[in-house]
Amino acid sequence: MKRRSLVTIVSVSAASALALSACGQAGQGDGGSGDGPQELTMWTHSAGNPAELEVYTKIIDDFNASQDQYTVVTESFPQGAYNDAIVAAAAAGDLPCLLDMDGPIVPNWAWAEYIQPLELPTSITDNLLPTAVGTYQDEIYAAGYWDAALSIFARKSVLDANAIRIPTIDEPWTIEEFDAALATLKAAGYETPLDIGAEDKGEWWSYAYSPMLQSAGGDLIDRETMLTADGALNGPEAVEFFTWFQDSFANGYTSNSGTIGNQEFNDDVVALSYTGVWNAMGSLEAIGDDLLILPPPDFGDGPKIGGGSWQWGISSSCDAVDGAREYLEFSFQDKYIAEFSDKQVVIPATAAAEELSANFGEGDPLRPFVELSQAYALARPATPAYPVISSTFEKAAKDIMSGSDVQSTLDGAVQEIDTNITSNDGYGF
Amino acid sequence: MASSTTSVAPARPPATPDLARRRSSAGARGERRSGLAMAAPAAILLGLFLIVPVLLAFGLSFTNARLISPNPPRFVGLDNFIRAFTQDPVFLRSVLNTFLFAIVVVPVQAGLGLLLAVLVNQKLRGVTFFRIVYFIPVVTSIVVVSILWKFMYQPTGLINSFIDTMTFGVLQGADWLNNPRTALPAIIVLSIWQAVGFHMLIWLSGLQTIPGELYEAARMDGADAWAQFKNVTWPGLRSTMIFVLVTITISALGLFVQIDVMTQGGPQNSTTTIVYHAVRKGYREQETGYGAAISLIFFVLVLVIALVQRFVTREKD
Amino acid sequence: MATITAPSSRQLDRTERQQRRRRNVWSYLAMALFAVIFLFPMVFMFISSLKPDAQILSDVRSLNAFLPVGDLSLDNYRDVFDRVPVARFMINSVLITTLIVVLGLVVNSMCGFALSRLEWKGRGAVLAVVIATLIVPFETIAIPMVYWVSKLPTLVFEGGVPKYDFGWLNTYQVQIIPFIANAFSIFLFTQYFSTIPKSLDEAARIDGAGWFTIYRKIVVPLAGPAFATVAILTFLPAWNSYLWPLMVVQEENLRPVMVGMQYFFQLNPAWGEVMAYTTLITLPVLIVFLSFQRAFVSSVAASGVKG
Repeated sequence: MKRRSLVTIVSVSAASALALSACGQAGQGDGGSGDGPQELTMWTHSAGNPAELEVYTKIIDDFNASQDQYTVVTESFPQGAYNDAIVAAAAAGDLPCLLDMDGPIVPNWAWAEYIQPLELPTSITDNLLPTAVGTYQDEIYAAGYWDAALSIFARKSVLDANAIRIPTIDEPWTIEEFDAALATLKAAGYETPLDIGAEDKGEWWSYAYSPMLQSAGGDLIDRETMLTADGALNGPEAVEFFTWFQDSFANGYTSNSGTIGNQEFNDDVVALSYTGVWNAMGSLEAIGDDLLILPPPDFGDGPKIGGGSWQWGISSSCDAVDGAREYLEFSFQDKYIAEFSDKQVVIPATAAAEELSANFGEGDPLRPFVELSQAYALARPATPAYPVISSTFEKAAKDIMSGSDVQSTLDGAVQEIDTNITSNDGYGF
Repeated sequence: MASSTTSVAPARPPATPDLARRRSSAGARGERRSGLAMAAPAAILLGLFLIVPVLLAFGLSFTNARLISPNPPRFVGLDNFIRAFTQDPVFLRSVLNTFLFAIVVVPVQAGLGLLLAVLVNQKLRGVTFFRIVYFIPVVTSIVVVSILWKFMYQPTGLINSFIDTMTFGVLQGADWLNNPRTALPAIIVLSIWQAVGFHMLIWLSGLQTIPGELYEAARMDGADAWAQFKNVTWPGLRSTMIFVLVTITISALGLFVQIDVMTQGGPQNSTTTIVYHAVRKGYREQETGYGAAISLIFFVLVLVIALVQRFVTREKD
Repeated sequence: MATITAPSSRQLDRTERQQRRRRNVWSYLAMALFAVIFLFPMVFMFISSLKPDAQILSDVRSLNAFLPVGDLSLDNYRDVFDRVPVARFMINSVLITTLIVVLGLVVNSMCGFALSRLEWKGRGAVLAVVIATLIVPFETIAIPMVYWVSKLPTLVFEGGVPKYDFGWLNTYQVQIIPFIANAFSIFLFTQYFSTIPKSLDEAARIDGAGWFTIYRKIVVPLAGPAFATVAILTFLPAWNSYLWPLMVVQEENLRPVMVGMQYFFQLNPAWGEVMAYTTLITLPVLIVFLSFQRAFVSSVAASGVKG
């Protein structure tokens, strides 16, 4: 009896699996065979993001209808494991023609020959924001439709009530002013006045805090040679910044409690929030005109914010490079770029699209992000060593946050990065 | 066979020793053949989908292979192993943390699991409900569970306000996950809470194999509850105990997800584990060769522990 | 506290009955206390699945996280279905998990039987390999494994005609077959079977039973705990797997439920939908467990004397 039911379960399951996969295969088989248009495979990181997918669907439909030589076929993956899917596909020799990638990973994938030089007409790439173009060794490998930007969110009413000067792009807060403001706000009853986003993990740490390090005069790596982090990540400027970073947690100006996102600010639990353009619509809806979008503080070398978001490239194994380029050229139209901006709430990569967009044109509510990006955006170092640098930076910064000795932690991080670079023969530099 | 020649057979020869020998050699052959046949499906599948990739990965541990690289891997001998033991304090810390974790988790989780199993093994109304409730953390997505506990461990989180209330403000909670002294204990508590329901179930199925008559007999002899537990329950659970200990040890040594979601090995390496370190190095930082070397060291450690456990708990016939 | 009460047919005298009642009260108190401790994630999950994101994040700072207060609705559930093909993912997961668990139980227990009770050539080697590979952190072999399965031969049907092809990517089998045999399962079965007295086999042999019959009729019925353990141990990772399917399956139609979970982790996680989705995919697991615990716990009890 028991045995028979086991056999039944197995055979029914196996039969259904076979039937289901047969359906899938049949659907897939149709496109590839015959001598119709050539298939261009394309992967995005946007599964679960209907707003973004909608724009891609529109572009692809338009492109497929505009000519009959190629058909773009797309598959989308959830962002959290997108890089894993790409690495696996590369190992299996199964990369798609077109793929998107996060800005800082571009040099790594270019060096590994996952992707090839983009070779789009300069009329397109020259018009894009510099941080929306991914390069390695002075060659363009990827280009994106938008960039993101970070800023400090604040309430005008709160700053006014506490007599705190409202900073501008021309005259941002100095770090002393910023500290004084935090002290004032803490005294005014905010338990931790600044939400710096430290509860997050992964790439956010390098994206959010390495620009502060750069503003203080340090960096992740010596960008002249790309061969060592010594002096950049552990010099006196870096130590000064990380001491400030450690003290802000110790003084209770900020914390790593709380939740990812901007809810604490919208609820007025924190007075200032260091966060991204993607949270601006939510805060605008929550507090309206009271919302201020302010430049981050100047640690000495002028404020900096991180640049570089998702960009598109063509894989080295693509068997229809011309078609892939044709599609990309087609896709970089201002109307599409503006639509991405509207749906995603991100900064459009071209000036013309800025004007077309609902939120980022002259006088629009989110315009300050464009100005911040133009004035301060700095891409993360364009080296294949970036994944190691980023992971090491995150670990070091977290250790410092929880109280470890600043200088020795940074020295350890430098040693780790330099060892890695040496063992990879300088990553082509 | 032997009896097929019936009536014609005159006096039966004294064939017993010969027959026994023949039967046993045929039996041994059958045993060899059956053993091979029954082990074959699993052995073949293991070979294809575990041994081959593991050997590929181990091969990498003697090279400088990278996850993503245009350069072919170079043979570097024992460099990766030397690096792990002499130049990587985080690795050594990971080994220490992993063992600390296992040493606490194995006995506590086994004991608590047994307590729960004994509770829900009673003939009481509603025990099924409690069994399911205790099992819920096991089946809830560990990612969601870890996120929830991360909230609770915050300085102003539920755990601290609970401590505050229960002790009338005498004891102050810590910033659990940010303090190098409390982070690992915090992870230990969460891990036990999450997995103990599973071991309750194993104990429970063990308890159910103890025949009721034994209790009956013990009670007749006037044994109280504790004496019954000591003289009937515990001896009856021997094989289950080995089973529970092995399961907990193995899964404790493989600690990874909670670390990845909650602390990423911090603060100051106080929660990094061998598997977490291997993944961080070999995967996130793309040093496949080095990550493979750490994994190889890990395999050897697990192997030694499993052998020791087998030796200690072997049946003493 | 820790007490055992066993059924009794005879009349209990008064003091004994009182004692028992007192013990029951304590038992219920203890069980209820533990229930509170173990129940809150489910409560939090379910309650949160009815709230908008902003409220979940505000409530998490207080006990409200566990209370059905504020703006409650089923909106999150509706949004989950808009974002993720729930039904398809669920069917895929049920198929994949069922096959892994059931085939795994058969294959691994047979192997454990052979390793623990039979003498054959190669036994030592197989046992050594099993012990050596008890835990393999999947990430460390993932890449070689992808490379390997992308080269394996497979049977495909083109217009109903079977033919050979290479590469297992984008199939169900690549999510099932590699996970059927499991060193840890074999190890547990081996351990458990070796505690069942061999004298039972001898007796059956004398009655003329073959080894497979001994396995099926004698050893399997006595190994309920081992089967229960292994079933759960293989069920959970199979149900929860997401890294592997993402690496080897590109088609959305073939993805299992845990991949769907990743859909909600955008720049700001959609917490309400995460909770709704987790509730949806945890329910089947609980139902399986519910039926399963009854079947196992009681059938094992019924199978009677052990040893």
